[in-house]
Amino acid sequence: MADAVGAILVASVTLYAVLGGADFGGGLWDLLAGTTARGRAPRDLIDASITPIWEANHVWLVFDLVIFWTAFPRAFASVMTALALPLWLAVGGIVLRGAGFAFRKEITRLSQQRAAGAVFAFSSLLTPFFMGTVVGAIAAGAVPADARHASLAAWTSPTALLSGFVFAAACGFLAAVYLTVEAGRRHDQTMGAYFTRRAQAAAVVTGALSLAALFEVHGSDPAFFSRLTGRALPLVVLAGVCGLAVLAMLTAGRAKGIRSVAALAVAAVIWGWGVAQYPVLLPRTGMTLTSAGATQATFVALVVVAIAAVILVVPSFALLYTLQGRRLLGGGEQLAPPAAGRIS
Amino acid sequence: MSMTLLAAAQGSAQDVPARAQMATTLGFHIILACFGIALPTIVLLAEFIGLRKGNEVAMRLARRWSQVMGVLVAVGAVSGTVLSFEMGLLWPGLMRQYGSVLGVPFALEGLFFFLEAIFAGIYLWGWQRLPGWAHWWSGVPIAVSGILGAMSVISVNAWMNTPGGFTEKNGRITSVDVWQVLFPRSAIYEMPHMILAAYMVAGFGVASVYAVGILRGHRDRYHYTGFALGFVPAAILTPFQILVGDTAARSIAQDQPVKFAAMEYVPKSARQVPEWLGGVYVNGHIYGGLKIPFMDSLLVGFRPSTKVTGWDTVPPADRPPVVWLIHLCFDAMVGLGSLLLLVGLWAAWTWWRRRRWPRPLLFWLLGAVGGLAAIVAMECGWVVTEEGRQPWVVYGLQTTAQAATTNGGVLTSLSFVIVGYGLVGAATIGILLMLSRRWRRDDLDDAPVPYGPPPVLANQPSSQVES
Repeated sequence: MADAVGAILVASVTLYAVLGGADFGGGLWDLLAGTTARGRAPRDLIDASITPIWEANHVWLVFDLVIFWTAFPRAFASVMTALALPLWLAVGGIVLRGAGFAFRKEITRLSQQRAAGAVFAFSSLLTPFFMGTVVGAIAAGAVPADARHASLAAWTSPTALLSGFVFAAACGFLAAVYLTVEAGRRHDQTMGAYFTRRAQAAAVVTGALSLAALFEVHGSDPAFFSRLTGRALPLVVLAGVCGLAVLAMLTAGRAKGIRSVAALAVAAVIWGWGVAQYPVLLPRTGMTLTSAGATQATFVALVVVAIAAVILVVPSFALLYTLQGRRLLGGGEQLAPPAAGRIS
Repeated sequence: MSMTLLAAAQGSAQDVPARAQMATTLGFHIILACFGIALPTIVLLAEFIGLRKGNEVAMRLARRWSQVMGVLVAVGAVSGTVLSFEMGLLWPGLMRQYGSVLGVPFALEGLFFFLEAIFAGIYLWGWQRLPGWAHWWSGVPIAVSGILGAMSVISVNAWMNTPGGFTEKNGRITSVDVWQVLFPRSAIYEMPHMILAAYMVAGFGVASVYAVGILRGHRDRYHYTGFALGFVPAAILTPFQILVGDTAARSIAQDQPVKFAAMEYVPKSARQVPEWLGGVYVNGHIYGGLKIPFMDSLLVGFRPSTKVTGWDTVPPADRPPVVWLIHLCFDAMVGLGSLLLLVGLWAAWTWWRRRRWPRPLLFWLLGAVGGLAAIVAMECGWVVTEEGRQPWVVYGLQTTAQAATTNGGVLTSLSFVIVGYGLVGAATIGILLMLSRRWRRDDLDDAPVPYGPPPVLANQPSSQVES
């Protein structure tokens, strides 16, 4: 049962990464879109594609946290204590991202729009970075079993920092790939080409950073490296193949299925981490899924909630994405049109 | 003295700033949560009237309110996330020990939060292109999951007040009875009390906005409709809230007698206990309160001879530290609730006799402050329930000091939270005021063409308009 809940946790982390991560990536491209006039078209597209769905995607994060603390309370308490600083910074980023994005829509004065947009964009970059350092620190075994104090060293190790960069880059990669599809739907070839170039660049950067991280782990944590290239090898290979496939599809201009392949690349990395670490929850502490765990009844309750989520939440998400895909969701004449459109 | 210092050093010096931070973030979020729970129902009511009766004013209000809802849902989503993080960042001791117990209702809440956020995405952004009734139905899951989500979260708080449903051996949880955790004894009064409070905050809150407009001389159908759509549901629910609250207080006298003693100033267990209205308790003296003989005994057991448990039944260390705050907040909550009841009765009386709203200025002044009064009453209620449970985080089992983080620096995060939430709160209010100004301008623009073609109704399929 603990294994099942562990799998549920990794699955919902994956969903947060490929859905919520892309929304952060959108903020990254908003940040890099340049001056007001030049960045108008991409900001418009980013805003329109994030608007109706980001809150729903964001709920995966809350769900992840709840499953983590309910199923593995001791590990949760240790992580939250040892890695308090990057977690606080991520929390700050989450608040500013959400508020900045929501406010920018309603504001009409250009200078205020710019300020809100900048808050949204910067925090979209910083939040995944700090979350990445947290995951990196856990993977590197920097969290003790019963942590009582925050540790700066835990999340500033090369592994943790590299992991932070990989997260930020992967968000940008996902967002750029998704945005090529969004541009295609709107028959906007300029934006299609714009985000294709960025998706290619992001794919290369993300791949390079991932390889660098792998290389770094080879030096700093040979045992973890051997598990990554041992039983997790198929997943690591899958991630690489998917990454290359996305590059090829971008070059060939093939939009069909490209989002799934890109998401699969990111998912394979997360599952590779999970498989390499299994059944250990906090490496170098011996805390496993069962020893950090809750009682059988709690696990059963979580599995029931997960099944209910599949029955209730998955069709709802399908409805949301379908309506969004058919462009049935958008501002009306009385609801403010996306503000980014007027940043010019 | 040295004992206290020692205890503080052994426990955690962080529990006071951690509590201050939790109070700030929760006190901020709970207002948004109230609107998240209840505003969708009010918006759906307006849209229903708009669709059913072709009432264009109600339809315009529904559209505008859903834009407000969009802002509040976004800020509420992030301020709620902050709380999820704080559960671990501020209270790792609580989570380490009881995370697997209190996590179960939270997991359910996650489920409802999903449904709320997904359908909010559809409803809020589907105004233009979804057909009328389909759009209306897309809002129903938001209202339903808002209530169910609130019930899940309140079940956690109820569990902290009356913990049960698990066995603990050698400091570890060995078994959990999920149903008992989901429905602790106090849930039966806490759940309706908070959900009704949410409807009162949102209803009186919406009404306040239009009462201000009416006071400023905008005595038009638009403002009266807006006022009625908020005021009527809230005023109807207020008497039920007072009944629930009365039951809750009597149950707390049994479930958490020390909390009740603090609420009512009962230092010693006794019969014929008086009721204190107001008054500040300092060192065994009550300054400036109004004393009603036997009243507290009467309220608890309907007889002057009813024995009420005082806080002398537990050692001083197990008593809430600031008794006067609990008592005054309790009185403020009851007082404001009763005031809102009277305002509702006034409107009902005038309607019954004259089929119109009351005309006196006082009624509209009260309507204008009703939203604030409901918010203050609700916040006071939370102060009573949380402050009254101290020094415990899980009543009788774990102290707040044991639950708090062992990390330093909570004062730093507290400072950032105060500044950050201050800015976000100010920006939220600023944006709502800005929307209101924009709408007033729009209405003025519309005004010169009273005999023009009817404006396109929100929900008519607008494909011709689009293309």
